[in-house]
Amino acid sequence: MASHATHVHTPPSGFIRKYVFSLDHKVIGKQYYFLALFSVFLGMFLSVLMRFHMTYPDAKVSWFESLWPVGAPGGVMTPELYLSLMTMHGTIMVFFVLTTAPQAGFGNFFLPIQIGAEDMAFPVLNMLSFWTTFLALLVMCAAFFVEGGAPLGGWTAYAPLSALGESAGPGQGMGMNLWILSIALFCGASLMGAINFIATTIDLRVPGMTLMRMPLTCWAWFVTAILSLLGFAVLLSAGILLLMDRTAGSSFFLPAGLVVNDQILDHRGGSPLLWQHLFWFFGHPEVYIAILPGMGLASNVLSVFARKPIFGYKAMVYAILAIGFLGFVVWGHHMFISGMNPYTSIAFSIMTMAIGVPSAIKTFNWVGTLWGAQIRLTTAMLFALGFVSLFVSGGISGIFLGQPGLDLYLHDTYFVVGHFHMIMGVAAIFGMFSGTFFWFPKMFGRMMNETLGKIHFYLTFIGVYAIFTPMHVLGIVGNPRRYADYKTFEFMGQLLNVHTFMTHAAIFTAVVQVLFVINLFWSMKKGAKAPDNPWEATSLEWSIPSPPPFDNFGGKHLTVQHGPYEYAVPGKEKDHVMQVDPA
Amino acid sequence: MLLALLIWVFTVVIVWMFAGDYWTFPEAINEHGRQYDQHFATTLYITGAIFFVSQIALGWTIFKYRDNGGRATYSHGNNKLEVLWTSAAAVLFIGAVLLSTRIWAGVHLTPPQGEVVEIEAVAKQFLFNFRYAGADGKFGKLDIKQINDAAGNPFGIDEKDPAGKDDVVNSNIRVPKGKPVRLILRSRDVIHNFFVRELRVKQDMVPGMVIPLHFQADKVGKYDVACSELCGLGHHQMRAELEVMEPADFEKWLQEEDAKLKAQ
Repeated sequence: MASHATHVHTPPSGFIRKYVFSLDHKVIGKQYYFLALFSVFLGMFLSVLMRFHMTYPDAKVSWFESLWPVGAPGGVMTPELYLSLMTMHGTIMVFFVLTTAPQAGFGNFFLPIQIGAEDMAFPVLNMLSFWTTFLALLVMCAAFFVEGGAPLGGWTAYAPLSALGESAGPGQGMGMNLWILSIALFCGASLMGAINFIATTIDLRVPGMTLMRMPLTCWAWFVTAILSLLGFAVLLSAGILLLMDRTAGSSFFLPAGLVVNDQILDHRGGSPLLWQHLFWFFGHPEVYIAILPGMGLASNVLSVFARKPIFGYKAMVYAILAIGFLGFVVWGHHMFISGMNPYTSIAFSIMTMAIGVPSAIKTFNWVGTLWGAQIRLTTAMLFALGFVSLFVSGGISGIFLGQPGLDLYLHDTYFVVGHFHMIMGVAAIFGMFSGTFFWFPKMFGRMMNETLGKIHFYLTFIGVYAIFTPMHVLGIVGNPRRYADYKTFEFMGQLLNVHTFMTHAAIFTAVVQVLFVINLFWSMKKGAKAPDNPWEATSLEWSIPSPPPFDNFGGKHLTVQHGPYEYAVPGKEKDHVMQVDPA
Repeated sequence: MLLALLIWVFTVVIVWMFAGDYWTFPEAINEHGRQYDQHFATTLYITGAIFFVSQIALGWTIFKYRDNGGRATYSHGNNKLEVLWTSAAAVLFIGAVLLSTRIWAGVHLTPPQGEVVEIEAVAKQFLFNFRYAGADGKFGKLDIKQINDAAGNPFGIDEKDPAGKDDVVNSNIRVPKGKPVRLILRSRDVIHNFFVRELRVKQDMVPGMVIPLHFQADKVGKYDVACSELCGLGHHQMRAELEVMEPADFEKWLQEEDAKLKAQ
């Protein structure tokens, strides 16, 4: 906590060092943010194409053929193209959006400032981790353009489908190799980032910033970094083993006796379930990597705009820690029907239900924070409230899926798709929107347009409920996920009207996002100048100019005297006490 | 205001969607399926109540505690409440999973009683095949080198093994009503899945593994078997039919198939 004074660097002057290969955590934070913004629109575009194909599988669209001459001959999307869009949608959204923006984007910009540091602990490592992520994204996108196109095995890349190469389908050749390479690069970048976040949180807090005075955002970033460190290391190893099965003739995930396209393969000793264990050992903590920063942010924003201390700060911290710990012992709930030992399923299911408890604690505390509040309905607050609503809706379906008995039917149906999109997808995205509206003034020195923001919020809120709620009922009827069309099964054909409704809702919601982009870029140039503390918030970033100077605090040595959520303090003239206010 | 209203409207619509009869499970055709539906309903009541109360409360706070220029209540929380809702959530969630363990055990941990019809299943991209032991009650040995789909030998039944001569192979699965069935699941290439909605069971078919699954159907009819694990570009077309037959019809069918084999 002591040595931050020795950690001084001067601002660079050239364009390249200032904006491209920058060591400044604020610039790197913005770079991550814009990388995620590009990725989220790419991912959303893919999802709209998928939804379109669900409803109109035989439609001829001439520009499909221009984009994918092989995948859409005559403008009609083939099943393999559909599956590759699905795989890339999931991969891009999970890695380059959900993992990137809330943690690496906002975390990079605000973790050092919120704990009083001038930069991250390792600025060069920070720059390196961003550019490795950038390279990973390029490699991932390149998979679209190689022979056979992008892989089609889903973002979970289950072996043997992912390990067999081209014989398992187009896209499983070169496209799959690039996918693995990209994920390996991404793992490396995330490991570098995780080390940086952990070191920064532990070492660079200013005097008085005890752990229990950190804003909940910092707690969330800290625990997320620990999850990243432990999770991505395992995914990296698994990815390397998979690549070796594909290219070096090894048999980690390939058992004996495989007959593919009437060819007997010479593999033996591997286990398809091993891949699933390794993947989900990363994959489940990944869910919390995506959502914890959003939970921290929502807590923060709710308290600021409720003008009230967060309800149960300690309980919130313990809940984050409990989620972080339990997040590593529940991965088996993705594998109830995999052929894993049925007794193991029971153990995993009890752990899974246990992790629902801290999630419920957080929800109750959010409502507790709002009780007796003076709510200011800014756009940031609307999105945070939307986050809570979506978190409840998405979390509740987890109570069904966490029970192996009920998963027997619901597994791999649209019920699951609805569940994780609600909680890991849109709830997390609402966290990002809330963070954008909340921190934009500090990041860019200008205010975003509140009217446009509110219109965007309401339309998006309606849109996401309209897309993802019907998925649950499709799952109850038994509609499997990852089907390129529903012609083979009569009962699925009867559900087409529900699919059509969702497709229209998805197109509507996607179009509405233009409002956000307009607001973002217009406000960057033309927004009203932001004061230092537009929201009358208490944490350290609001005690410095908007945008912050290069070294954040202008060389001042701060001492923190208060907790992060001192609102409505009795006997004070202002309704809030800043963390740096005198004791 | 508008947000509170929206949250309430969504809550009511969602409760209506799940409580109504518009989108439901197909009728169950086994005892497990009926228990499943019951436990699903129990879980729906518990989670529905939590969902309803949380969303309505969230909307209420937004409606009730709008900024009116006053000062909020200064409170850092309430430990009694924390303990209360933590224990309540723990009891409800863990309780639900313990209740459902019975359903899980019924499928995976309790061996079937009485005379069991044994059927083997093998999946490949993008077809199911099923095998019956035939008149001798014995399955012939398998040899992957003898797999030949064109010649009707997707299992690779060893030609030299006399026990395999009368093995009946079919791309649809037929079972007698009211008799326990043990299905032995295998896959030749990638992971596939055996899913019958009406049975409320789903089980992956994993290459390199032999996974038993048992069920007992008690309603005559034809039902879809749908692959539910992404297996490649033809995944959405991977279908078989489960036909539950009167036991006499089932025996007759098996004998006819046997006769066909002998005639060859």
